[in-house]
Amino acid sequence: MSDVPEAEELVKIDHRPPVFKGWMDTPIEIRQGIACYAGKPKNLEYLGLPNPREWSPMDEDWKLPENWKEIILDGLRDRLERFRSLKIFMDVCVRCGACADKCHFFIGGADPRNMPVLRAELLRSIYRKEYTMVGKIMGKFAGARDLTIDVLKEWWYYFFQCTECRRCSLFCPYGIDTAEITIIGRELLNLLGLNTDWISAPVANCYRTGNHLGIQPHAYKDMIDFFVDDIEDITGVRMEPSFNRKGAEILFITPSGDVFADPGTYTCMGYLILFHYLQSLGLDITWSTYASEGGNFGYFTSHEMAKRLNAKMYAEAKRLGAKWILGGECGHMWRVINQYMDTFNGPADFLEEPVSPITGTKFENAKSTKMVHIVEFTADLIRNNKLNLDPSRNDNLIVTYHDSCNPARGMGILEEPRYVIKNVCNNFFEMPENTIREQTFCCGGGAGLNAGEDMELRMRGGLPRANAVRYVHEKYGVNMLSCICAIDRAVFPDLMEYWIPEVDVTGVHEMVGNALILEGEKKRTMDLRSQPLPGMEVMDEDDEAGEGNGDAE
Amino acid sequence: MNFILGILFSIVMVSILALIPWVGVWIFDLRYFFGIIIPYTALVVFIIGITYRIIKWACSPNPFRIPTTAGQQKSLHWIKQSKFDNPSTTLGVIGRMLFEILLFRSLFRNTSLEFRQGPKITYEWEKWLWIAALAFHYSFLVVLLRHLRFFMEPIPGFVLLIESLDSFLEAGIAPFSGFGVPEILISGFVLLAALAYLFLRRLYISQVRYVSLPADYFPLFRIIGIAGTGILMRYMGVFMQFLFKVDWFTVQVVQVKELAMGLVTFNPTIPEGIGTLFFIHLFLVCVLIVYFPFSKLMHMGGVFLSPTRVLANNNRMVRHINPWDYPVKTHTYEEYEEEFREKMIEAGLPVEKMPASQAEKETSSQEEAEKE
Repeated sequence: MSDVPEAEELVKIDHRPPVFKGWMDTPIEIRQGIACYAGKPKNLEYLGLPNPREWSPMDEDWKLPENWKEIILDGLRDRLERFRSLKIFMDVCVRCGACADKCHFFIGGADPRNMPVLRAELLRSIYRKEYTMVGKIMGKFAGARDLTIDVLKEWWYYFFQCTECRRCSLFCPYGIDTAEITIIGRELLNLLGLNTDWISAPVANCYRTGNHLGIQPHAYKDMIDFFVDDIEDITGVRMEPSFNRKGAEILFITPSGDVFADPGTYTCMGYLILFHYLQSLGLDITWSTYASEGGNFGYFTSHEMAKRLNAKMYAEAKRLGAKWILGGECGHMWRVINQYMDTFNGPADFLEEPVSPITGTKFENAKSTKMVHIVEFTADLIRNNKLNLDPSRNDNLIVTYHDSCNPARGMGILEEPRYVIKNVCNNFFEMPENTIREQTFCCGGGAGLNAGEDMELRMRGGLPRANAVRYVHEKYGVNMLSCICAIDRAVFPDLMEYWIPEVDVTGVHEMVGNALILEGEKKRTMDLRSQPLPGMEVMDEDDEAGEGNGDAE
Repeated sequence: MNFILGILFSIVMVSILALIPWVGVWIFDLRYFFGIIIPYTALVVFIIGITYRIIKWACSPNPFRIPTTAGQQKSLHWIKQSKFDNPSTTLGVIGRMLFEILLFRSLFRNTSLEFRQGPKITYEWEKWLWIAALAFHYSFLVVLLRHLRFFMEPIPGFVLLIESLDSFLEAGIAPFSGFGVPEILISGFVLLAALAYLFLRRLYISQVRYVSLPADYFPLFRIIGIAGTGILMRYMGVFMQFLFKVDWFTVQVVQVKELAMGLVTFNPTIPEGIGTLFFIHLFLVCVLIVYFPFSKLMHMGGVFLSPTRVLANNNRMVRHINPWDYPVKTHTYEEYEEEFREKMIEAGLPVEKMPASQAEKETSSQEEAEKE
């Protein structure tokens, strides 16, 4: 964080673009702190992706193949024929500007090219020149320009400054979705080996080991075993998760961030506790080390790469003979599952329509993909009074909820998490209405931008969200930001530390794990983070000992 | 290119377009050309152009179903779904599209960023764009429908109804009605006012100004030209003749109708006595409809096809087929186990294929352990 300007400096921004100089006449400057590092050749080679080489965005020469222009233009023509979305989005924009101030990167950074309309114009200007008559004849007057190396650099710089959160598409009168444009823009860039390290390395890892951190099967199991020990210390109950177990009714897949990075790990402990609790009620579930990642970094590279990585979910369910799949708390993983998986890798006719083994509820909304969101699953359990919960164990938390952008705008899972949260904790406050639900703001690090080297970009992009959190912190004393996305859980700690250090970050199932009363458990004096629960240590039978400890502190 | 250049370019272009029929009709008397050939050509280009564009769009498939979900999904039965903002059925999609097309639902959501130092960031009420957009499109539609009176005989009832509704302000203008000024039809003025607002906000809102192209000013000015000449014809001609006894702006409505009826019955004639102003008006309309299929004005067609709005969010319920789907190379479980088998066995994870000499492996791994 040392390179990032102080917060007071960072917000000295002016959202008014230059008056007299148009954007096409303004060259761009690729800045440290905004741009990510370039992908390493070994990862591209492992995946069989084009043009593996050492390069840096800061260099003058990006080491492109000689026929790069042909590759891009052929690629664009191809995609225009394949995606009606792209074709329409290239043609119908009227530049009304409704999207301009909706992008978190523009709000926090004021770079005019981060206005969604202009991000799209970067590609549109080339489309006009190459594929429309008016653009060919009228040139600049029709908003058309030639494809040059500088244009390519501009694409790279700005398509990797979009988190594909789709907030702009909500406000667009024609539903133009900048995420689609960014996805296809990145796809084109990847044809030339123009990528970022923080995407191509996780993709290669996911491909090889099943998860983005490259954790091998034994280490994956070790981590979960480690949580099992911790949970035993905290609750006195030992969980017995199973891995790669054939014949299990349900396969559980979650983002690997939950297994390897705080505070996602506590959410993972929440899953473990929930599954253990449900075991006696008839839950038969297994984890997988092969399908050990729900997150799909391929989606930040190309549709094809997304499909290649996502295939393991159904493949593993088929191999194990599971009936259906339960998915953990994750953002873009759920966008891919909801909008692409069945099309990519289906039909999942070897699975059965998901039915909760505990409540008997049929998840009819998932009858084709056969994959249920864990928050839907838990909400159903609570609704049917199957969980014995003590929300007061979360009384030290004053909680607000961040709608993770992908589940909100690519799926619409808005009420389920709120229902769960309200049942597992007593203090819940919403952020202002223009910043939640379908209008939610991105964390600033989605779509593969959660690197270290682009920290300034992340702090800028996360400002609108942080600002809303600050509002509820000051108004209601909120100290915990909950979410259902692993990238959120990885991004927010840095963001909160920068903008509003009094607020911590949690997944919804961490709070479920805290509140859930296990059979035979000891009195909880600590939460899943092994932090003492205020008030819990001095109650009940061990009054004296408890007070003694308290005094000693 | 800066905005001044863009605006100047558009003004010059529109002026030239207005001068062409003025010169052509007033000086060279090319009435047949401007009254018959141009309108027919324009209409043919318009129809072919629109058809071509729509077919071209439709030729590209929707490989994935990617609606922008703007409300609660359909999930557990006790959770209320947003049936229109996040539709899961065709009926829901129709509802969503009706809201979108008739009421500009998405634009209605618009907010305006207020960024004050501190920072204190808020998102304020901003409905002006929505109001202006509605005013513009609906008044344009009313004007268009009113023009049907020139093309139909007898004039259909709904056209007369629209006219009578459109002239509801008549009462307020009453003192003039005896002086030959025709009844005031409000839609033309609303159209002009909305256009003026849409132009001014392009100038005034710095972000919109920055992204505006000549292709944005050009249609605005042209429609202003069309509406302006229309209003001049309707009101100024009578007014000027009454006051100053000059007929510069006079257009003979009866003759215009004769021309229009000739065009639609494919029996075109050029009646005597139609003023030049009418030909300017007509020519600008022709240019607009020729320009239409090749420009952003195609948003009218695009909005009906936009994949983020016209597709239901039912992907987990109903499988969507990608017509160009192709097989891809994946990393199979077998390859995965092949690479990690020993480690998996060591960690007690089940494997598909036990190595032939498990015991031997165990000894070797013990040896390795000893070495370490």
